[in-house]
Amino acid sequence: MADQIPNTPKLDELEKGPWPSFVKEIKMAAKNSPMARDLLGVLELSYNEKIGHWKHGGIVGVMGYGGGVIGRYSDMPEEFPGISHFHTIRINQPSGWFYTADALRTLCDIWDKHGSGLTNMHGSTGDIVFLGCRTDALEPVFEDLTKAGFDLGGSGSDVRTPSCCCGPARCEWACYDTLALTYDLTMHYQDELHRPAFPYKFKFKMSGCPNDCVASIARADMSIIGTWRDDIQMNQDEVKKYADNGLNIQRDVAGNCPGKCMDWDGNELKIENEYCVRCMHCINVMPKALRPGKDRGACVLLGSKAPIVEGALLSSVLIPFWKPEPPYEDLKDLVETMHDLWCEEGKARERIGEFIQRVGMGNFLEEIGLEPLPEMVAHPRENPYVFYEEYYEEDDGDEGEE
Amino acid sequence: MAKTVEEIAEAMLNMVTDAQGIKKLKPTDLIKAMRELYGDEADKKLCKGAIKELVNSGKCVYTYFGGSFIELPHRESAAND
Ligand code: HEM
Ligand code: HEM
Ligand code: SF4
Ligand code: SF4
Repeated sequence: MADQIPNTPKLDELEKGPWPSFVKEIKMAAKNSPMARDLLGVLELSYNEKIGHWKHGGIVGVMGYGGGVIGRYSDMPEEFPGISHFHTIRINQPSGWFYTADALRTLCDIWDKHGSGLTNMHGSTGDIVFLGCRTDALEPVFEDLTKAGFDLGGSGSDVRTPSCCCGPARCEWACYDTLALTYDLTMHYQDELHRPAFPYKFKFKMSGCPNDCVASIARADMSIIGTWRDDIQMNQDEVKKYADNGLNIQRDVAGNCPGKCMDWDGNELKIENEYCVRCMHCINVMPKALRPGKDRGACVLLGSKAPIVEGALLSSVLIPFWKPEPPYEDLKDLVETMHDLWCEEGKARERIGEFIQRVGMGNFLEEIGLEPLPEMVAHPRENPYVFYEEYYEEDDGDEGEE
Repeated sequence: MAKTVEEIAEAMLNMVTDAQGIKKLKPTDLIKAMRELYGDEADKKLCKGAIKELVNSGKCVYTYFGGSFIELPHRESAAND
């Protein structure tokens, strides 16, 4: 095992500059961790050879679980014995990524004791990520985590660890309690999280408002994004103050409104709320003058994915307005219907968004028992080819199963 | 007569054993096969329970290769040990 921190002229380049560097961090860990030392060694080698040295490891996990551990072996175990096993462990993060210092210390202690000491806080999936675990250390890590109240997250063809923005805990724009919903879904879908049974992964991500700080519309199979259905709250005095302080309201606020529903006459701001698409733009620019309405809830969208194989998809609207109220049974019933259909008819490695593209949104809605709505069409007002009445009639006639 | 979890688990284990090294079976493959074999005698909940039973008892393990599969415990070809 490497006793010394290896010479890494290529990696050292990545320490230069005023920004944080993962190389600096791994070197710091390498003082105590032979695994981190060998990691530096293999990385430098990869930079020199332009070849990766990681093998896929398909069978590692903890007893009973099918998710949470992503197997990795080195293809150079003799040269770098410290990283001959280097599995990744995903740990279910607390909603909104809130910790006490104590909890963080507990996690770090567990990881120093059993693994490489390297973490990723957080992975882009949301989870806490422990990088670099030997197979025989997996169960002990899991046991210590369980004792500390932590559970593994998702990986493989399962419900992935649900994640959310900080929501009402810190953000004045939150239109519903993202933290409560995330916690509830995490507990409700325990079996689906730990026992992969789907054609492919399924992600829930919750954002408190249309700013969508967890980028759920692009990354979650089910995106639940806060919104409101009454009028934007407005304080004309504060609007005036923004204008007096030099904000060009006509150009920079009204001019960029995608609903084209704002008018500023130099004195008073008017919003035609029925044309507002609730994009948050004006509210973000003038937070003291404007805020979301009072009748708040969430829009439920379905079908996005970040691609590895085929093109990216964004979620499309499933329920334009939903009141998230515990125990959220209405949503769970709908999700179960969708999961059943997708499990029955979906192809291997087909995300639900791709499945919908294949069978058609109309057929999908029919199967899960939802009525088509104008909100499900990207530009209903501008699309002259959408005739709702005829759509119904046509479908009633020849709705054969394929 | 509805099947028991044990009966389904055994039928699944036979399938997995026969397929080992030839074809990787997904949990949905197992469930669909049981539904074809036993129809309403094996509902989805029962099938899920059977998979849980197989994995908890260590007779089968979850594996991952792009998607998730149910296999007999074996030495991973990528493993270094
Ligand atoms: C060769 C380069 C890359 C590879 C091999 C790669 C691979 C991956 C893998 C394996 C995942 C996990 C997927 C899963 O959860 O199963 C992932 C997730 C992700 N990657 Fe990459 N990635 C690459 C580059 C990038 C880049 C350049 C970006 C951003 C600009 C990016 C953004 C993301 C995001 C946002 C996720 C999380 C998606 C989600 O949570 O749904 N990746 N990537
Ligand atoms: C309106 C939505 C968002 C808000 C309000 C927001 C807010 C913030 C804030 C306040 C920070 C600085 C944290 C700190 O240094 O203390 C930050 C950092 C960051 N955000 Fe966001 N964020 C949003 C959306 C996103 C999205 C969608 C992504 C990725 C696709 C993203 C990626 C990041 C990253 C990578 C950093 C770290 C940057 C760094 O290391 O300096 N954010 N964000
Ligand atoms: S999505 Fe909205 S509510 Fe959530 S943190 Fe971002 S701005 Fe705040
Ligand atoms: S939220 Fe967006 S669409 Fe609505 S009024 Fe403001 S800028 Fe216009």
